[in-house]
Amino acid sequence: MTLNVSDLGVGVSHSAMVVENLTRTQIVQYAGASGDYNPLHTDEVFATQVAGYPSVFAHGMLTMGLTGKMLTDYVGDGRLTRFGGRFNSQVWPGDTLTATATVTAVRAESEVTVVDFDVVTENQSCAAVFSGTATAAFTRTNVLSQIKNL
Amino acid sequence: MTASRFPIEAGHIMMFARAIGDFNPVYHDADRARESAVGGIIAPPTFVQASAQYDPDYPLRPQPGVPWFGSGSTPSGRAPSTGAGASPPGTGPGHSGGTGLHAEQHYEFHRPVRAGEVLTLTQRPGKSWEKQGRRGGLLHFRETIIEYRGEDGELAVTARGVGVRTEQTVKDLR
Repeated sequence: MTLNVSDLGVGVSHSAMVVENLTRTQIVQYAGASGDYNPLHTDEVFATQVAGYPSVFAHGMLTMGLTGKMLTDYVGDGRLTRFGGRFNSQVWPGDTLTATATVTAVRAESEVTVVDFDVVTENQSCAAVFSGTATAAFTRTNVLSQIKNL
Repeated sequence: MTASRFPIEAGHIMMFARAIGDFNPVYHDADRARESAVGGIIAPPTFVQASAQYDPDYPLRPQPGVPWFGSGSTPSGRAPSTGAGASPPGTGPGHSGGTGLHAEQHYEFHRPVRAGEVLTLTQRPGKSWEKQGRRGGLLHFRETIIEYRGEDGELAVTARGVGVRTEQTVKDLR
């Protein structure tokens, strides 16, 4: 649907489930694509017997990548100008993650409308695993634009 | 990460997008991407992290002839450390010794990153600080800033990562 960016008022939020029942295979897939083969993420024997964790766990950057999917689906391609945050706690195989963006500010600047978001990704127990902020810029020509999934 | 040159390849973007479960055609379908608002295949926001692939000495990738700390015939390819707080070195981003983990990551996107271009990286240390962990251990934080520039020398992405190194097992701190 077509949304005027001025409808993105403070407090408006959007959520999406970004992974359901995270598999060890997807963690390995992320290791292969990103190049980070740390055995804490890819090697159950090492993670449990040497490092003392209950199992392997996801790269923080996999969680951030999954969260980014929610953001780019929401604001549109190529519009993010900032995205950052903190890895609050570990993500384990079997976790289901839901990412939420909430508008915190809308600023009309000369050529663009800039929208700030708080971003949080929670697991199935409603514990935050990633929290941060993002900013998207909508140019004058795409202020009246397709925003997906609204 | 100390890769200096990062070729942005369409196949690499496709694999990365699959790994984050993102089937947006702007990451894998050249025809649909060309017709989209961005005009061609672009990289997902966090893709620049995969520049590790081009770091010849990246410690979290097995290297031929170099003992790997993951399991093989034994649970670790390196002699196990002893004591509750000991973990193998190299378990976090850019750290040696202790248990290292990725604490924060922040990106500024100056423009989209596009398939077919080559980015040049420059890395510099940022701030470093210490904090008392919730369960008593001292946490060492260290910031690294990586600038990704296009062939015109202009900034494409600025990445600021924060690694944390602990003196005890991370699970005790969480």
